[in-house]
Amino acid sequence: MSANTIASTSVQPAAKKTGLSIRRKRKLKIHAAQIGFAVVMLGGWQLFATNKWLGVDPFTYGKPTLIWDSLYAYFTKGDQATEFGSYWLQIETTLREAGLGFLLGTAVGVVLGVLLGMNRFLAEVMDPYIKIFNSIPRIVLGEIFLVALGLGELPHLLLAAVLVFFVVFFNAFQGVREVDRNILANAKVLGAKRLAIVRHVILPSALTWIIASLHSAFGFALTGAIVGEVIGAQRGLGLVIATDQGKFDSNGVYATMLVIAVLALAAEWIITQVEHRLLSWRPPSPSETASI
Amino acid sequence: MAARSASATAPAAGRTDRENARIEITGVTKRFLTPSGDAFTALRDVSFTVEPGQFCAVVGPTGCGKSTTLGLVAGLDKPSEGSVKVGGREVTGITDGTSFMFQADALLPWKTVLGNVAMGPIFKGANKKDAQALARDWIRRVGLAGFEDHHPHQLSGGMRKRVAMAAALINEPSILMMDEPFGALDVQTKAIMSNELLGLWEQLRPSVLFITHDLEEAVALADRVVVLSAGPGTVKEIFDIDLPRPRGSVQEIRFDTRFLELHHQIWETLREEVQRSYARTTGENA
Repeated sequence: MSANTIASTSVQPAAKKTGLSIRRKRKLKIHAAQIGFAVVMLGGWQLFATNKWLGVDPFTYGKPTLIWDSLYAYFTKGDQATEFGSYWLQIETTLREAGLGFLLGTAVGVVLGVLLGMNRFLAEVMDPYIKIFNSIPRIVLGEIFLVALGLGELPHLLLAAVLVFFVVFFNAFQGVREVDRNILANAKVLGAKRLAIVRHVILPSALTWIIASLHSAFGFALTGAIVGEVIGAQRGLGLVIATDQGKFDSNGVYATMLVIAVLALAAEWIITQVEHRLLSWRPPSPSETASI
Repeated sequence: MAARSASATAPAAGRTDRENARIEITGVTKRFLTPSGDAFTALRDVSFTVEPGQFCAVVGPTGCGKSTTLGLVAGLDKPSEGSVKVGGREVTGITDGTSFMFQADALLPWKTVLGNVAMGPIFKGANKKDAQALARDWIRRVGLAGFEDHHPHQLSGGMRKRVAMAAALINEPSILMMDEPFGALDVQTKAIMSNELLGLWEQLRPSVLFITHDLEEAVALADRVVVLSAGPGTVKEIFDIDLPRPRGSVQEIRFDTRFLELHHQIWETLREEVQRSYARTTGENA
């Protein structure tokens, strides 16, 4: 009976069509503005560097066309692209370190965050130690890892993992603390065991927080891997940057930075897709959630 | 299929061990520690009994410890003094065979209607298939067939209440605790939901502890009305409601002369408390 009283969510086809075209137009406008912004920035850079206006010297600041040349060389010279093998190999190395570090940091962060979030005593005991660990400058931590573990991929992976860990940990912890008290009480009264509560109530509830942290976390993973490579490595994009810097090849440095930016954007896109999948239950706009 | 037949036999089985459903609250005092370190007394020397299968409403002004009482019976909290017994046994942990319904619905927003209703049996250890079969049956019983795959945010307030009701009743609890369950609904929806609750209650006959501040609702639904005084909560008076069962529509019973008599009688008791509580809160704010 109540089925009839529910306003149907389907919209008139005609209205839907105009709605779609409005959305498409908006998107198009944003993309056009984004491209316009890039053209202005790159064009200005090129213009200033060519004419050495305001002291913009291509030797220090590079020049878009020269950066393009470096980029082209990196991807066409095969095994000769860098002293440490092909450019693809460097990308692969950095991505592997960042990716595995990301997974490791996320896993440890979620497990510890949920554990401490659920256990107040443990949380208060561990609180100062977590703050101490968090206060260690990451560069110092990177050097410690390098000294202890050598120039392989492991220290970079660990540095990436540490950076990711703290972001994810604090979010998971907060997410667990924000679980609705009524829902928890209800699950307990319905006879849920501790593990069932974690699985069905606490984890899904904290997931919103955890996923929000993953966006910045992958950026941190890339940063961690690259910083580690700059400090000391046998392969990787960070090493390429450090070497180009040593050769005063600013165009090479910018070229690699551009590649890193593309990697970060791609990872962000993947995480957004995962987010949409995992949080598909969420209402479309936040203003609606407020009324629940 | 197995789940379906189990659900059909359960009420009869429940009737034989009815004694499990008696709630005895004797001399209960509950104090809380406030953040500033003071002891705050929420309940003082509260005693009353809910007979098996009885519908007991607890009314009282805001802040008289009504919700605290529920938490004690459910085993979510322990009394500072006195004893809470369910089925003759002291409540120590989570009380078995109880269900809760809150004013804010405690539905999992990431689960569908089906998933939410199926949580009860799953928490009890049923496998997913049986749990879902049983959940479908209950969704139909609360009139939500066809909405199994909707998420809570896609439903109206009344529909979410139906889901919460199905989720609370699916385990066929011997005790149902309701904390102002319809408080957030509009008057019409509230009346409809009250009727449906009475219908389902008459089928399963769990003991009900129903917290409300709405006296009309309490008299229309309950067999017994416990009036708590302003905080610290103490039992001021207990009224037995002798309106015949089945009550029929809660909208109609409001015009019954016996209803009006009882309502008037209880209101005389309650009014004093409400005024005292109101004077205190406004006095504190000033």
